[in-house]
This record gives sequence, structure tokens and C-alpha cells, in this order.
Amino acid sequence: MTFWERYRVPLLLAPTMAVILVLFVGGLGYGLAQSLGWNPRIGSTDLSLDAYTAIIAGEQYAPAFWRGLLLSLWVSFASTALSVVIAVALALAIRGTGPGKRLSVFLFQFNLPIPHIVAAIGILFVLSQSGLLSRGAAQLGIISTPSDFPLLVRDRFGLGIILAYLWKEVPFVGVIVLAVLQSLGSTYEDVARNLGAGRWQRFRYVTLPLIAPALLSAGTLVFAFTFGAYEVPAVLGVRYPQALPVMALDFFNNADLNARAEAMALSMIIAAVTMTLVGLYMVLRRPGTT
Amino acid sequence: MSGHGLNLRRYLVIVLMAGVLFLPFAAFALNAFAFRWFYPQFIPADFSLQAWERIFASNSRLGEALLNSTLIAVGVTLVSVIIGLPAARALGLYNFRGKRLVEFLVLAPTMVPPIVVSFGLSVNFIRWRLAGTLLGVGLVHLVPVMPYVVLTLAGVFANYNVDYEAQARSLGASPWRVLWHITLPAIFPGVVVAGLFAFLISWSQYVLTFLIGQGKIITMPVLLFSAAGGVDNANIAALALMFVGPALLILLVTSRYLGSGAAGGLARI
Repeated sequence: MTFWERYRVPLLLAPTMAVILVLFVGGLGYGLAQSLGWNPRIGSTDLSLDAYTAIIAGEQYAPAFWRGLLLSLWVSFASTALSVVIAVALALAIRGTGPGKRLSVFLFQFNLPIPHIVAAIGILFVLSQSGLLSRGAAQLGIISTPSDFPLLVRDRFGLGIILAYLWKEVPFVGVIVLAVLQSLGSTYEDVARNLGAGRWQRFRYVTLPLIAPALLSAGTLVFAFTFGAYEVPAVLGVRYPQALPVMALDFFNNADLNARAEAMALSMIIAAVTMTLVGLYMVLRRPGTT
Repeated sequence: MSGHGLNLRRYLVIVLMAGVLFLPFAAFALNAFAFRWFYPQFIPADFSLQAWERIFASNSRLGEALLNSTLIAVGVTLVSVIIGLPAARALGLYNFRGKRLVEFLVLAPTMVPPIVVSFGLSVNFIRWRLAGTLLGVGLVHLVPVMPYVVLTLAGVFANYNVDYEAQARSLGASPWRVLWHITLPAIFPGVVVAGLFAFLISWSQYVLTFLIGQGKIITMPVLLFSAAGGVDNANIAALALMFVGPALLILLVTSRYLGSGAAGGLARI
């Protein structure tokens, strides 16, 4: 065995692993250490959970934290569930061949490179009380002043945030579902049809189980992303309640250096939530797939 | 005939979808060219180029932002593909001990929000004098980019036949010639898709740039985000169009490579 054959794999992996270990694992580890109060530059090397208890139970932060956690969980669950359901419905409606196919695939893909911050501002321009839809409603005589239009953005329930995520993630999930549907073809459904299965039965017992693994992985990605993303809630959210990533960045930019540990702790809590969910996904998908 | 009904429904869905996807762009276009757009006008009564004159004025930071965004995104794309290719080859072609751990580590950055990683890194980047530099910002962009590049390319190598390389070598080709004439042409479409992902992820990155760039590195999303805090809708809309324009252009140029393979790459992650 030559030197190259013996060390081929580690050598090929080394540059990428260096980036991931130093920048990702290192960043995460250092953040964790700092959240535990480890900060040798100001002479603090004793580890403690003070920052965590301050966030979870302290008078100053706890109320905002729990409201923020609730908001973030609600926004992510709603965005994930709705984008999966809508994407499946759309993909089933537009799949197949014909001139519409290229267009529909293009429509799904066209949206992928639009940054989330642009999507958020776009939703603001369309759905705010003096936005495009409100003006359209006023032109049609449905409403007469901006305040007649329902408050859909910068609202306390995160509706604007959810709508912006749907605008972005429905096409993302849709691209994936469409690709899986195309690779499956219609054979299984044809067989089920010949055996007398109705539309709903074909979907429930044939199509859905076949696309479920892809839906689970796409849904996990959407949840993990939306739970930790900053841009959309920063543009479309309110001061209170505040999504956790927005709150974390506020802590971090706070001039008070003590808030740094709290910012790190809050970011670790955000990471813990997404990682718990991803771990759950890995347990769920184990049977059947490798 | 039921076939016609089905087709009609399909086209209705497609038209509706196009409408929903298009609405924000209509709003950007109207806002960017509107002049005193009073409620409840649906189409502005007057149009002007004032917002565009402002963002292209000499005291505007648009040029600087476009240049920084381009330099960072191009650099990140090149570096991520160059270091990602060998890793993807190892993951796509070989079985080895610890492969699952390596795959997990490569995937991990997609599961942890960028904000978490950048908090921890920012302190060290200040110490290493990388904070507030283009190099520092480009380096942290590698974190969200690498998983997509490596997994896309690993998918390509999983369907790649190494025998061609052996044949070329046995005919006397040097390693560089094998790489240039055999390997690269075979994996080229995958490299384009991986590069596209890398460019787009870097191009749209706000939080990492803001935290590591410390306000000294102005990129397009940083400029747009600071404008979005204001009330000048025409200015915000013009900047948003300047920001998405290059991203859409790049997607258009590379779209013929984005077959179901790209969607498969996305679905894997």
C-alpha cells in the first residue's frame, strides 16, 4: 500500500474538516464556554450557569424570554406545517407533463435565490396597511382607510413572519416534492387505481408514504432554519414579544459586557432547541432508510 | 372530459402561484419608481428616477457594497469548491471508519443557526485581527456554505466511475491531465450547481457579515438592512432590486444545470 492509498481519505477530508472544526465546532465551543461565564480576558475562569438562570428565571429577562420562546416556536411550527401541506398540494396539482411543467418548475426554482431579507421587505410592501393589497382593496371599495386593512405585518402574533417564511419555503419544499414525485412516476398510483382505490386512498396509502421521508427531511430543515433566523423577524416582528434570535442579537450588541454571557446563553438555548428537533428527526427516519 | 378539467385546474394553480410569487416584485418595481405615491392609488400617479439617482450618487455606498458582496461571494465560491471537491470525493467514492461522523460534521452547520456560531467566533476574530476584514467575513461565510457544496459534490461522486481515471493513467496521463481531461468534465455540472449554492448563500448572508464585519464591511444585505430600518420606501425598493438582480441573473445563466439532481442535492440535506 502506497502512502497515498493509506492516507488518501484523511488527506482529502483535511481542508474541509479544518474549516468545520475550527470555525464551526470552535465557534460553537467558544460560545458555550462564554455562556458558562468563561472569559479569561476579564479574569473570569469559574464556570457557572448564572447566565442561563438569569434568562430562564431572572426578573429582568425571563418574561420576555418565555414570550419570545413561545412566539419563535409558534412561528416555526406554523411555517413548517403550512409550507409542507401547501407545497404537497401544489406539487400534486401541477405535476405531470405538458407545457405547464417547465413553467411550474421554473416558478419553484425562481424563488430559491431570493434572500430572506428581500422576501421580508417584499411582504411588508405587499401586506402592510398602506401596502399593495390594501391599496387594491381600497380601489375596489372594500376598505376606505389603511387602518381598515387587517394588521398582517409587524403584528404580535408573528403573522407577517409566517407569511414571509411561507413565501420562501413553500417553493423550497415544492422543488423537493416535485423531484420525488417525478422520480416515482405514476406506476404505484396506477396500480392502486386499478385495485379500486379512490383519490384520497391513493394519496393517503400510496403517495404520502412514498414522499414522507423527503417531507420529514425538508420539514426539519425549514424548522431548524426558521427557528434560528434573524432577518425575517427583525423586519416583520414587533418589539414585544420578540423572536429569540432578534433578542439574542440585541443582547449581543448591548454595551453592557455582562449581557454578552446572556447573549451567548440565549444563542445556546436556540441551538439546543433546533438540535433537539434534528435529533428527533434522525431517530424518526432511522427505520427503512440508511 | 375530465382531462380538460384537470388541465384547467392545473393552469389555474400555476397562474395563482405565479401571482403570489410575483406580487412582491411588482411592489418593489412600483415603489422604486414611484413619486409621491399617495394612498389609495394602486399605480403611482407620477414616476421618477429619484431613488435611483440617490443610490447611484457619489456619496451612496452602493458601489462599495456591490464590490464587497461580489469579492466575498466569488472568493467563498472558489475556496469552498476547491476544498470541498476532495472531501466530496472521499465521501462519495470510499467507505472508511468514521464516515458517519464526518457526514454528521459536514451536515451539522445546516442545523445550527449562524447567529450561534458567529457569537462565539466574533470574540476570537477580534483577537485574530480578522474582525472587520473581507478575509474574516469570507472565512465565516464558509461555515453555512460548506455543507451544501460538499453534499452536492458527494452526490456527483457517488455516481462517478473511477475506472476512466485508471485507464487514462495507464495510457500515461499525468495526474493533472487526468484531473483536467477526465475528472473535471465528468463532474462539471455538479461543480456548477455547488458553486451556485455557494455564491447564493454567501451573497444573501446578513448576520454573519454584520457580526464579523463589525459595520466596517458594507455588503448589499448590510446596506439593504440598514435602509429597511428607515421610511424611504423608494430607496429600499431600489436597493432590493439591485440586491436580487445579480442573484437572479446567476440562476438564469446556470439554470440548465439545475436538473432534478440539484433538487436531489437539496432533498438530501
